[in-house]
Amino acid sequence: MKWLSKTYIWVIMAFLYAPIGVLIFFSFNQSKSRSNFTGFTLDWYVKLFHNDLIIQSLINTLIVALVSSIIATVIGTIAAVGINSMKNWKRSIIMNITYLPIVNPEIVIGVSFMLLFVMAQGLLRNVGMDFEFGYMTLILAHVTFNLPYVILNVMPKLRQMDKYVYEAALDLGCPPVKAFFKVVLPEIMPGILSGFLMAFTYSLDDFVISYFVSGATSQTLPITIYSMTRRKVSPEINAISAIIFVVVLVVLLLVNFHGAHKEKQSRREGVRI
Amino acid sequence: MKRFLSLVLCLILLCCCGKTAFAESEAEVIDEDYYTRFQGQNISISVYNWGEYISDGSDDLMDVNAAFEELTGIQVLYTTFATNEELYAKLKSGGASYDIIIPSDYMVARMIAEDMVQPLDFDNIPNVRFLDEQYLYTDFDPEGAYSVPYTWGTVGIIYNTQYVDEEDTHSWDLLWDERYMGEILMFSNPRDSFAIALKRLGYSMNSTSEEELRDACESLKDQKALVQAYVMDEIFDKMEGEEAMIAPYYAGDAIVMAEENPNLAFSVPDEGTNRFIDSICIPSNAKQKEAAEMYINFLCEPQVAAENITYIGYSTPNLAAYDLLDEQMQQNEIAYPAQEVLTNTEAFVFLPAETSTLMDKLWTEILSNDKNYSKWTIPAFLLVGILFSIGINVRRMILKKKENLM
Repeated sequence: MKWLSKTYIWVIMAFLYAPIGVLIFFSFNQSKSRSNFTGFTLDWYVKLFHNDLIIQSLINTLIVALVSSIIATVIGTIAAVGINSMKNWKRSIIMNITYLPIVNPEIVIGVSFMLLFVMAQGLLRNVGMDFEFGYMTLILAHVTFNLPYVILNVMPKLRQMDKYVYEAALDLGCPPVKAFFKVVLPEIMPGILSGFLMAFTYSLDDFVISYFVSGATSQTLPITIYSMTRRKVSPEINAISAIIFVVVLVVLLLVNFHGAHKEKQSRREGVRI
Repeated sequence: MKRFLSLVLCLILLCCCGKTAFAESEAEVIDEDYYTRFQGQNISISVYNWGEYISDGSDDLMDVNAAFEELTGIQVLYTTFATNEELYAKLKSGGASYDIIIPSDYMVARMIAEDMVQPLDFDNIPNVRFLDEQYLYTDFDPEGAYSVPYTWGTVGIIYNTQYVDEEDTHSWDLLWDERYMGEILMFSNPRDSFAIALKRLGYSMNSTSEEELRDACESLKDQKALVQAYVMDEIFDKMEGEEAMIAPYYAGDAIVMAEENPNLAFSVPDEGTNRFIDSICIPSNAKQKEAAEMYINFLCEPQVAAENITYIGYSTPNLAAYDLLDEQMQQNEIAYPAQEVLTNTEAFVFLPAETSTLMDKLWTEILSNDKNYSKWTIPAFLLVGILFSIGINVRRMILKKKENLM
C-alpha cells in the first residue's frame, strides 16, 4: 500500500513538473527545434540578454506587476478593514461585488477596460489632456483585477483576529491609528503578504487583460511570446522561462527556509522560558 | 523579499551592460544626409510589426532598430502582434497610436477602404526605386500610394521525402489522400484553409459565392478524418520531429524547417496557390509621419533589406537587396520560384462582411463536426449547473433552519 501512495505522489509530481523540465531542457538545445536535441549550448541565454524586445518586455512585466500589486495590496487591505466592520447584509453585498471580477471571464474584463479607457481618452481630450495606452492603463487594469485577491486573503485574518485586543489598546489610551498599526496590522500581516504574492503572480502572467489595454510603449512578456506564434517561438523564451522558474524556486526555498529557521528559534526560546 | 529584489536588479543591470556591449549596429546607407534631419530632436516613432519579423542583431546580422536609432537619433518603440485581425482590432479601438504598421495584402485593402492608413509621400522614400514593381502596384493597392512591400512569399505543401511520393505533391489532392491518414496537418485559420479547399476545387480563393464556399466546406469536412491536427506554428516541431508528414505552410518557413530536417521538401501545387505580401503602411492617426517615412526608407536600403530578409527567411521585393544575397539563396526555388509559378498565384483580397461571416460559420461547423455533438449540450450543462447551485443553497437553508429550531 505504501509503495502505491509513493508512486502516486511521483506521478503527480511528474505531471506538474515534466512540462517545465522539457522547457528547461530545450533551452540548452543547439538548434531552434523543440523536438530534436542536437547538442548542449548556452547560446540562447547569451542571445536572450541581447534581445531588446524580450528584455524590455520582461522589465515592463516586472514594473507593472510590482507597482500594481503594491497599490492593490494597500487599497485592498484598507478595503478589507472597512468591509469587516460593516453590518452583515452590507458586507455580503460588497463581498459579492468583490467576487465578480474573479468569476467574470477575463476577456470580458479586458474588453470592458479597453472600452472604458477609450472613452476616458475621448473625454480627457476634450479638456485638453491626452493620454496613450501604456503603463498607466496597464497598471490601472491590473490593480483592479488584483484587488479581490488581496481582499479575499486579508478578510479571513481579520475575522480570526480577536477584536477585543484592538479595543483593549484603545482602552489603554492608544489612538485608533496607532492601535491599527501596532495591533491590527501585525496580526493580519500574513494575509496581506499572501495577498500581495497572489496579486503579483496573477499580474505577472496575465495575458488576456494586458492584451487589450497595452499600447505602443508597454508590451508585456506574455504578449511578446504570443506574437511569436505566427513564425516560431524562439528558444530564448525557453531560456527566460527557465531563469524565471529558477528565481521563483530560489525565493520560495529561501522563504520556507527562513520560516523554518524562525520557527525553530522561537521554539528554542520558548523552551528557555 | 530583499534578496529577490536584488536578484531582479542584478538581472536588469546585466541587460543594460549587454545592451551597450552589443551595439555593433551600423548600417551602410545611400544618402546619409537624408537621415540627419531629426537628429537631436528627441522624437520617437512606434512600430507595430509581426513577432520575429525584423533582424534583431542575432546570428551576426544587423540590429535594424538599433542601427536606425544610431543613424537618425529617432527612438524606435517596437511592439509586436500575431495576426492581421489583432492589428486591425488594436488600431480600430483607437487606444494606441502607431506610426508604422505591417499588415498583409487583404488587410491593407481593408484599411485603405476604411481610411485607417494614409497616402505616403514618396519624396521622403527615395529608396522605393529599388522595389520590384509587381509588388509595389498590386491588386490591393493599385497605385501603390499607401503601402510599400516588406516581404512576400507563397503557400505550398511541406512534405517528408522519406514517406511521401514526390509525384503526389503537385496537387492539393495530397492533403486529401487517404494513404496519409493521420499524417496531415492543416491551417488552424479559416482563410488559409478555405483558400486551399477552394483552389483544389478549381475556384478562386477569394470566392464570394455561397455555393462554392459550401462545396469547400464539404470537402474540408471530408478531409477532417485524415487530419492529425489544425495548427499554426506547431507545424515547425511536428514536421521537424517527423510527427506528421504533410502540411501546408509558408515558403520561407519551409526553408527554415528543411535546414533543421533535410528530409523535408516544399512544393507549390499546380492548381495554383496564395501569394502573400506584407506591406509597410502608416496609420491615419500617426503622430510622426515624416519620421515614419524615414523608417520606411531605411527598411528599403538594399543592405538593410538584405540583412533583414536573411533573418526573416521570406522573399524580398527589393531588387537591390536581392542582388546582395548569397548565390545559394538567390537560386533557391522555394523562396524565388519561376515566373510561371508566380503568375499562377492569387493574392487574398478583402472579403465582404457577409462572406467572412459565412466562412467563420462554416469553419466552426467543420471544427465541431462531431456526430455526437448536439447544440443542446451547452444549455443542458448550464441548466444542470444552475439546478445544482440552487440545490446546494436550498439544502443549506434547510440545515440552517433546523439548527435554529434546535
